[in-house]
This record gives sequence, C-alpha cells and structure tokens, in this order.
Amino acid sequence: MATRLPGTDVVIVGLGAAGGVAALPLANAGLDIVGLEAGSRLTKRDFAPDEIRNNVRDWPFAVRKCATEVPTTRRSRADTAVQRGGHPMMNGVGGTTLHYWAQSWRLNPWDFKVVSETTRRYGRSRLPAGTTVEDWPFGYEELEPFYDRIEHEIGVSGQAGNVRGQKNPRGNPFEGPRDRDYPMPALRWTGFLDRMADSARTLGWQPFPGPAAINSEAYQGRSGCMYHGHCNKGGCHVDAKNSPAVTTIPRAEATGRLKVVTHATVTKIETDNQGKVTGVTYLQDREEFFQPARFVFVSTYTYENVRLLLLSKSRAFPIGLSNNHAQVGKHYLSHHQGAGVTALFPYDLHAWYGLPAQGVAVDDFADDNFDHGGLDFIGGGNMWAYSDRRPISAASMGTFGRAPSWGSAWKSFIRENADRTNSAYIQKTTLPYAANYLDLDPTVTDPLGFPVIRITAEYKDNELALAAYLQDKMARWYREAGAIEVLRGGLGGQMGVTTHAYGGTRMGDDPETNVVNRYGLSHEVPNLGVLGASVMGTSGARNPTLTAQALAWRTAEHVAKNWSSIVE
Amino acid sequence: MTDEQPRTISRRALLRGAGAAGAAAAASAVGVSAEPAVAPSPAAAPPAMQPAGATAPGRVVYEQLSADEADLLEAIADQLIPEDEHGPGAVAAGAVVYIDRALGGALSGSREAYRGGLAAFERYCRSSRGARFRELPHVDQVSVLIDVETGAATGARTGFAGSSGAFFGMVRSHVLQGTFGDPYYGGNQNFVGWDLIKYPGVRTAVSPGLQTALEAGELEPNHRSAYDADNFEKAVVSRATKETHHGD
Repeated sequence: MATRLPGTDVVIVGLGAAGGVAALPLANAGLDIVGLEAGSRLTKRDFAPDEIRNNVRDWPFAVRKCATEVPTTRRSRADTAVQRGGHPMMNGVGGTTLHYWAQSWRLNPWDFKVVSETTRRYGRSRLPAGTTVEDWPFGYEELEPFYDRIEHEIGVSGQAGNVRGQKNPRGNPFEGPRDRDYPMPALRWTGFLDRMADSARTLGWQPFPGPAAINSEAYQGRSGCMYHGHCNKGGCHVDAKNSPAVTTIPRAEATGRLKVVTHATVTKIETDNQGKVTGVTYLQDREEFFQPARFVFVSTYTYENVRLLLLSKSRAFPIGLSNNHAQVGKHYLSHHQGAGVTALFPYDLHAWYGLPAQGVAVDDFADDNFDHGGLDFIGGGNMWAYSDRRPISAASMGTFGRAPSWGSAWKSFIRENADRTNSAYIQKTTLPYAANYLDLDPTVTDPLGFPVIRITAEYKDNELALAAYLQDKMARWYREAGAIEVLRGGLGGQMGVTTHAYGGTRMGDDPETNVVNRYGLSHEVPNLGVLGASVMGTSGARNPTLTAQALAWRTAEHVAKNWSSIVE
Repeated sequence: MTDEQPRTISRRALLRGAGAAGAAAAASAVGVSAEPAVAPSPAAAPPAMQPAGATAPGRVVYEQLSADEADLLEAIADQLIPEDEHGPGAVAAGAVVYIDRALGGALSGSREAYRGGLAAFERYCRSSRGARFRELPHVDQVSVLIDVETGAATGARTGFAGSSGAFFGMVRSHVLQGTFGDPYYGGNQNFVGWDLIKYPGVRTAVSPGLQTALEAGELEPNHRSAYDADNFEKAVVSRATKETHHGD
C-alpha cells in the first residue's frame, strides 16, 4: 500500500530541460511544487575531463533509470521490434542538459507553418505521401517572447541576425525577427572555423556562429566557458553550461516553493472517475508513495511521456491517460541527424580544445530558405562545422582508404592525421507520417514489469532526398576549405532511439489529431500538462531544446495565470 | 555518488608484488602518482618495457588475465600499435594493464568474450599456422590478425563465438582506450599515446592565448591525468552499458 503524502499544488515529473524550466514561473507565482526526479543531483566535481568515463563508458549517464527501459525499435509493422544499444538520455536533476551539446536554436518561422507555406508556395501536392504534418496552432511570433525569456533566464550566447527586422550579416539572415540581441556574444572561433566561414562566403553562402546555452563570458555569477574539450557528453566543471540544474531549478528552490525529490521513479498518474488527475504514484528505494496534486506536469522526455500516459490506465481512460482519441504515441518523428559528411584536411585543425556548440553554421539550405521548385523534397538542413576532438576518438578515426586500421603504417597515419578530420553535423527537416508511431512493446518490459516503448518508424523519401542534397552541399563546402578526402555516411533507414525525439503528445487545436491544446494542456484532462519535445509537431532543422524550454515556460506561465479556473 | 570506488592500487597487486618495489611497480602500472604531473624518470619506466627476464618486482601483476592470456594479448597489442620509429606502442603504454584492470570492473561483461576469444585465437594459430601466436614470425602474426579481423578465422574448429571480426574489433577498441585514455585507468603510461597523436593534454582552462599558442605550434604538452588535481570525484560505474555482446 502506497504511503499517502501531504498534497501539493503541482507535481512535475522529471526535472530536466523542460520540467526544470517550468518550475520557475510556477514557483514565482507562489504555487507549491514537488519535483520528482528519477536520478540524483550531480555537481561540477562529478564532471572530470575524462574521455573514458564520459564518452567510452557513458558516465555519468550510465547511472540512470532510463538504461533499464530502452525502447525497442523496428522499421515497420511487419517487423519484430528489438532493443539495440543503450538509451541516449540520462536521469538527474537537470536531466540530459547536464551533458548535452547545448546548441540552443530557435525554430525558423517556416517550421510552424509547413502545411500552409508549402501549399502557398508549391501547391498541396508537394506534401509527402502519408505525412500527418499540421501547422502549429500558432506562429513563431507567439513563441518569440518565450524564446527571449529563456535565452536571458538561463543564458544563451550567440550572434543575432535579425533584431526587429534589422538584419545583421554576422548573424543568421534567415532567423525570425527577435526582440533583442542574445545576452552574450557567440563562443569564440578557431582558425579552422574562420577558414570554414571564409570558404562558405566564397561559395556565396552566409556563415554565422551558432547559439549555445553556454556562457561565452561570465553571466549571472557563473563562469565563462573554459574550452577544455570535454563538453561533448561531459558535464561542465565550471557551471558554464546553462542547465536548469544551475539556473532555473536553484532559483525555484530559493523561493521556498519547489521541493526536489530525487531517486523517485513515477509509475502511474492517478485519476478519479470524473477524469481528473489526483496525483502520482512513485517508488523510492522500493517504497511506494502517493503524492496528491492539484495539477500534474509530465516532462520526462518523449519516450517516457508517452509511456507514462499509456501505462496510466483508469476507468475514465481505459487505453491510457489522455488517450480516448487514440492519439498518444502518434505523429512521432526522430530528427534526421545522420547522413553525415567527414573530411580529411592536409593541415592540423587544432580542435583539441573545442566543444560541439563552438562552430560555424550555414542555413542557406535549411527550411524553405531556398527555392524547392525544381526539387523533389520539401524542407532542408542546417549545416554545422564544429570543433570537437578527444584522443581516443581521434585515434579511432577512419583512414579514408589511405592506411590499414592497425600496425606501423596505421600508426604513422594517425600520427599525422589525428587532428586533421572534421565531421559535419547536418540536422534536417523530418516530418511525421501515419506509419511512424510509438506504442507499448507487447513483450519487452523493464525490471518493474512495465512494458517499454516500441518505436515503429523509418525515414521516408522526403528525408532521404533531402539528406543526399545536403551531403552534396557539405562536400562542396569542405572541398572549398581544402579537404583532400570527403566521405559521406549512409542516408539512413530505420529511426533508432535518439536524443531528438518529437511527437507522441502533439500540440494542436483539434483533439481528434492532437493530445494537448495550444497551451500544452491535455485536451481530455483539465489538470494535466505535457512538457518537452513530445508536444512538437515538426522538427525544424535544429536542436529542439530551446523550443521545448520556451514552450515549457509558456505552458507553466499559462497554468499559473489561470490557476483557479484550471484546477476548479 | 554511491558507486564503488576504483581500486587505485589493487590490494591484490600489493599482496602479490614483492614488497615495496612491487607495490611501486603496481602503482606505476595503474598510472596513479602521488605527485601531479612530473616528468617520467627512468626508474618509473612501465613494467612492460622491462626485459622479460627482469626480476619479479618489475613484472606487471595481472589481476584478471591468466599469464598465458596476458602474454597473448600483449603480443596482439604489439602488432596493433607496435613500437617503431614513431615511438613506443600499445605494450609500453600499458594497454593490456588497462584491459586487465577494466575486466575486473567496467568491462567485466567482456571477461568471457576475452576468455573464449583468446583461446579461440590460439587454437586458430595452431590449426592454421602450426604454432602459438607468440612463436610465429612477424609476417605470419600479421596474416593471422588479418584473418581474425576480416572474419576469415571464424569457424566451428576455432570456437570463435560468432565472427572472429567481432573479437578483433573488441580488442582493437580496448587497446585504443588503453593507449589513448587517461592514465588513471592504467594505460597511456608516460603519456606515450597522447604524445603519439600530439594531443596537448588535459587542461581545465584554455584561454584564447593558449589556443593561439596551440595553433602556432608553440604549446607544450601537459602531461597530467584529469585526477592529478583534487578537482574531481573518482566515481566510476561498475558496468559499462555499451560493452555487451562483444564476440556475438
């Protein structure tokens, strides 16, 4: 029998990128919040510059609940899904933002209006067969104040390209208008990044530094970035990476309104017969607790958001919470981040002390920034050349057919070339399709006996055509910068388990095709909110975190402002 | 953190080693030094670099690998990253010490893959080349390794579970970890791996001036482990999450 705890106004399940941000506007409004986090608290002493621990052995995120509930994957209904590899996210106060790359992009205005803009410019027939994509229920301008709020609240460095319509050629000329500059200048560049930017300009493109939730200078009492080279899957040893763990969560705790409970594994969201949420049941050290709450947010990453809803069956919701329209798990997509391009240069790149958020972007072929009239796809990709290298991964480099993979000839090759490769990160528009979805696996369970998520998904023709197109552009860019070898990765097929997972609880005005409304609240459950990229219906061509955080702040603020009418 | 603490100096190594000299050798073998970042002295030369006939205190004390397994693995590592005109290789780096220590901890899930794989490897050498790997001439050692790498050594006769290529891939990745990883884990002794690829070393702060010096070729390598200073917890996980099913 679960121990019944004293009630609270709000429970947030998961204190990561989204939940950790949402806590602050709720606390500022005077609401009492219990934040349930499956992981523990980590500090900068836990973040050694140690490639074996961070990258080879996946510490610290090997210590986690999600490792025991890795989704199964399959391409289509005809296949049997199996677990492959690990789970890319981690549990902890701050969640995966503790060790993420921290690229903090706004979506492009086009990403909010894929259907209407494609129809207007090219005709409705250009929407790929089988896609379930919809326009967002609002445009970029609705989210702009919340992007702005997060950029300043947690600290984002970058170079603005469009402040209230005033274009700045040093920034992204394609970005939607922003109200003001970033609070900090962009992270510094290296000689190689300068050279890549020059090469892009030679090609007639418009390179610019990308935005990062990393301090480029001291901000809010925390240090600027030290560029030590262990940022990729490493936590920050000087708290310059602006995770909610060092920004919004401590601020919310300082109000006295947020109580953080660690090592808490939520197993069910409870509802009454009227269809309202009453609280959540969780396990801590094998002991079961019931935490009553007047409002519950799920903010546990796309896979667990969907899983927790589907597992929370009740009389009012027989096939899962907020799932009486059978939309939980639908409109799933994983961002097409594969199909990379790797180059070998005849000179050292001096990338040892870089970080993945330190780089040069080209958006000329992203979104609808170029004419698709003669092309066989819609959307585009953000090309990102960045500075990131550590010794084991450097020594593990491919040899471009120029040397064997071991022995004296190999040794000679890596001695010369370990610091001479660069791999581009190309994020591409990915659309939802009816055939791509999440549900509960019929056979595979976690150690508690609960089914894991099953991913049934593959990239379709639009994503593959787009990937090939962007690879051509990237190869051209590398060649212009002097590359002597350029290799392209495969175009992709099955969607695996990913750090960029979207949909499953999509946001939209129509409850027949969306789980949450335009404010992120359930269409079916008045006192349930969903936070994270699971509410996003399109991916854009850039990292989801800032958008998920802007949406989380907006949803939390909406709940706080309308508290009495929502919980009545 | 509640994870078990790594054995910085193995108790078993201390017990097995011959007195204080053995303890010092064991400490050296796992790359842990009481003093931060000192230039290696000849006396601190890694045990594996000493002649095979050296007295007991200089021998590496393996904790997980048997003497035969360690000998074979050293011979394989010596082919993968040999000592040559570009300097020391995987054996001098202590890559096999790294693997041995890891098999008792983070890589314990790979222990059976090593036991079975090394035995299969030796059986393949005997059946296809008529001798143990260490006894083969260089050219035959290379050809055996190519067979194992490409999967050509796979077969019921040798007993490789699945493809021999998977075993090769596992060994190669661990030899790379042991040669180029932080010396805290027992490999990359005297920073030979980092010097080989001209990695300028662990630094906790890289100012614009240091980056400029690096790009000008004027930055001296910083020979230190991440754990030489007391900035960081030494917590480790007991099991790696990505190291399962090797050899399948």
